[in-house]
Amino acid sequence: MTSLLRIDQVSKLYRTSNFGGSVVPALRQVSFDIADGEVVTLIGESGSGKTTLGRIVLRLIAASSGQVTFSGQDISAFSGPRVREYYRQVQGVFQDPFSSYNPVYRADRVFELVRTSYFPHLRGPQWRDKIEAALHAVAINPADVLGRYPHQLSGGQQQRLLIARALLLDVKLLVADEIISMLDASTRVDILNLLISLKRAGLAILFITHDLSLGHYVSDRTVILRRGVIVEMGDTAEVFGHPQHPYTRNLLAAVPELHKKWRRPDAEATADPDGTTRGPADSDRAAGGPRASPAVARHRRWPARTPRAAEILEPPPTLVPAGPGHLVAETDP
Amino acid sequence: MSDLTAASPQAPGPVAAPLPGVPVAAAPLVPHQRSDLLYYALRNRKLVAGLSLEALFVLAAVFGPFISPHNTTDYFLPHLAPSAQHWMGTDYFGHDVFAQLVDGLRESYLVGALGALCAALTGMALGFTAGYRGGLLDEVLQLITNIMVMIPSLVLLVVIGAYLKTRGVLFEGVFIGLTTWPWVARAVRAQTFTLRSREFVDLARLSGRRAYSIVVKDIAPNMASYLFLVVVLLFGSSMLLAASYDFLGLGPTNGISLGTMMNQSTLWSALQLHVWWWFVPPGLVLTGMVAALLVANVGLDEIFNPKLRDQ
Amino acid sequence: MNVKVDHLSIAYRTRSGDVCPVDQVSFSVADGEIMGLAGESGSGKSTLGTSLVYLDMRMKHLGGSVELDGRHLPIDDNRAMRPYRMKQISLIPQYAMSALNPTRRIRRLITDLLRSHGIRDREVMTELNRRIALVGLDQDVLDRYSFELSGGMRQRVTLLISTLLNPSLLIADEVTSALDVSTQRAVGEMLIEFRDRGFSKSLIVITHDLAILAQVADTITVMYAGRLAEKASTATIIEAPLHPYTQLLLASLPEVGVRHDQVTLTGIPGRPPSLANPPGGCRFRDRCPFAFDRCATAPPFEEIAPGHFVACWKAAA
Repeated sequence: MTSLLRIDQVSKLYRTSNFGGSVVPALRQVSFDIADGEVVTLIGESGSGKTTLGRIVLRLIAASSGQVTFSGQDISAFSGPRVREYYRQVQGVFQDPFSSYNPVYRADRVFELVRTSYFPHLRGPQWRDKIEAALHAVAINPADVLGRYPHQLSGGQQQRLLIARALLLDVKLLVADEIISMLDASTRVDILNLLISLKRAGLAILFITHDLSLGHYVSDRTVILRRGVIVEMGDTAEVFGHPQHPYTRNLLAAVPELHKKWRRPDAEATADPDGTTRGPADSDRAAGGPRASPAVARHRRWPARTPRAAEILEPPPTLVPAGPGHLVAETDP
Repeated sequence: MSDLTAASPQAPGPVAAPLPGVPVAAAPLVPHQRSDLLYYALRNRKLVAGLSLEALFVLAAVFGPFISPHNTTDYFLPHLAPSAQHWMGTDYFGHDVFAQLVDGLRESYLVGALGALCAALTGMALGFTAGYRGGLLDEVLQLITNIMVMIPSLVLLVVIGAYLKTRGVLFEGVFIGLTTWPWVARAVRAQTFTLRSREFVDLARLSGRRAYSIVVKDIAPNMASYLFLVVVLLFGSSMLLAASYDFLGLGPTNGISLGTMMNQSTLWSALQLHVWWWFVPPGLVLTGMVAALLVANVGLDEIFNPKLRDQ
Repeated sequence: MNVKVDHLSIAYRTRSGDVCPVDQVSFSVADGEIMGLAGESGSGKSTLGTSLVYLDMRMKHLGGSVELDGRHLPIDDNRAMRPYRMKQISLIPQYAMSALNPTRRIRRLITDLLRSHGIRDREVMTELNRRIALVGLDQDVLDRYSFELSGGMRQRVTLLISTLLNPSLLIADEVTSALDVSTQRAVGEMLIEFRDRGFSKSLIVITHDLAILAQVADTITVMYAGRLAEKASTATIIEAPLHPYTQLLLASLPEVGVRHDQVTLTGIPGRPPSLANPPGGCRFRDRCPFAFDRCATAPPFEEIAPGHFVACWKAAA
């Protein structure tokens, strides 16, 4: 079965300053596939690189090395109208629904943006029909949202509108980056169920989250990311049922559950799965200089040349099979 | 010049955390909030005072030459004190000072507007490009900006002026525009930089929009209040700068402006001869024009930025 | 009783009129109790927590009283509240970890705070150093700036600062929301430990995350649209809730081990009412599957079983 999206040894490095300074590896040689109509969850904590990977897939940033292929074509080779064609098939929805709307305009401008780029010949009633069909697919009454400003809509409505916008095109893959973490608990599940119904209709979803229970609810396969490296991946039931990597085990132990108390700390399940109380700030300080946000580092690409990934990175741990369709990163003995 | 840069308005920041059950206020100049803005505008003392005074001057500039009983070219007895026939007296040459004043007002406004327009367009074009594109282009544009900052404009004006037979209002306006844009470019670049990382810009990119369209339709409207304040500030500083150049004799070679009036009065020893009505009116009017604009600007900043409101 | 809140009502002044996010709220917290205050956005839980410590310019105290350790707490008088803050009652506001002054080192932040309460730093410093070690931070954290610390470390620092003077009541507003799941556990366990060691006599933990409360809290109070819906021990709320809102809320939470092809969870349709114009009667009525005509009158928040309070006609029946 050919995969829809293939991520092959993708790395992303950020420089912390223009002249000299250290390099922060946000992703290190990450590889996995997404098949047609499959929901893959990318689970990671902050600093794991999951959002970076999502943005690379959406072509909002470029990978430092490695390749991302969609339907067999390398996405970094696209330019101009080919990029627009790519976005006809791949779309994204982000964490903060309110920020995705330009507050100066009404909420349905997000549809208008799509129309001028992809359906310039459709106007008036035809376009309106298309919008209403998309809104019905996401279970929104058009009268509730059309003509309103973003702040007049609830978080759930805003998110649904953004999903409806993606449905106006021929999306085959939706990148959903923490799309429900800012919604109320009572609306979250409805959006999740919406995603599932879209999946049943053939949509593949890259579901990025830090919440293990959500990942478990919706996905077919799970990829667990830690500090830019895959530590475990495979069938969701397998990974959650028989976690092999200590990091995965610690994560699962730390998830608060309604009907079970946290296991009392033992040698394995310490409060901090990394085994130290030092945060990411410390490893960056060791690398030299205070923590710089990737956004800052991202903007400074010149004049210093960003070294190629192969030059400076230690290779990530190799993934070994640990069950049917289940891969685990080797840990040091 | 530099003190005006220090007075440049702060970027409107994010609004305070939402109150339960009440809609969150978004960025300024959101259409449905225009009535809100009007409400605050009418209650802001600084804005009302500044705008009223400025409006007075504008009216004087527009209608002054019509209501002035004399022309600037008419000759009368020199050094006449202000009286009923000559509301501001006459100067050394016998010209009516009031007539010169209202003509000069027009020229000052013209140069101010021209300078502001040039500086705004140049600064915004460079600022948006640098802020949106980043990378190599940004570095190059920053280099150019820094070079422009270092070049002393007065010296440049003297040098260029030496090569020109005549200098007109157009030249002065464009010159001021092309030498005062750096702070605009920097400010716009900084704001664009922040706005560029917002998610609605990502969404516009995901909708296949091109860079120019994103800057003009998505980023600029979110900075609208800031850009407005920048233009107002530029207007005031251009007028002041033009007056300074005119005072030094580097202004338009023919024509009357507030600065040239003060220049002439100094050259012809008005101060020593106690001919105060020659230089005090233009000086006062210039101060009033620029100060009113700056005060109104502060008021505008308060209106646009909810956190500065006295409420 | 450590804390007793009686029919408290707080209003916000806005351009469109008064909004009342805390409407006739009554509850009590015993010594040594960790009370979880749960609710979604717009429920008024943050306002309730903040109002016990500090009423800003926009807030108005409409009625009701608050008692701490048997003494009346003058919440509407900011100056009279000064001696209470940090010493008797302490608040960790939402987003506190992002609000640490980035231009000061942590040590300076603490000494400034202590000085403003008239306490010499020397007295507290040894205790501070001991507690720093207790929460798993290095001693050199005091000499760092806030931006040099990770999110979890900053949250621990805010916890330390707020409990330095051993307040009777600590109010923690969404202290676990922006954290990774492992740090959440660390902070949650820290809250319990602070109570166990007496750094704070009792706690009110405000969050939307019922799962965290299931781990940390002794009792849970559920708030909806400015009013209390239900209060009971954690076990009762999780296993046998009586208020329809609590029941539906619990039913909408996915747990590890639950997949969409096994169980389909449902959310609660509709939205909470706008607090600017709340409906009469029970505020959950529009979304409640059990609503009947009696719900047109607001049900009182009363004790229908020992320690179990509900505001619902159906539950009381």
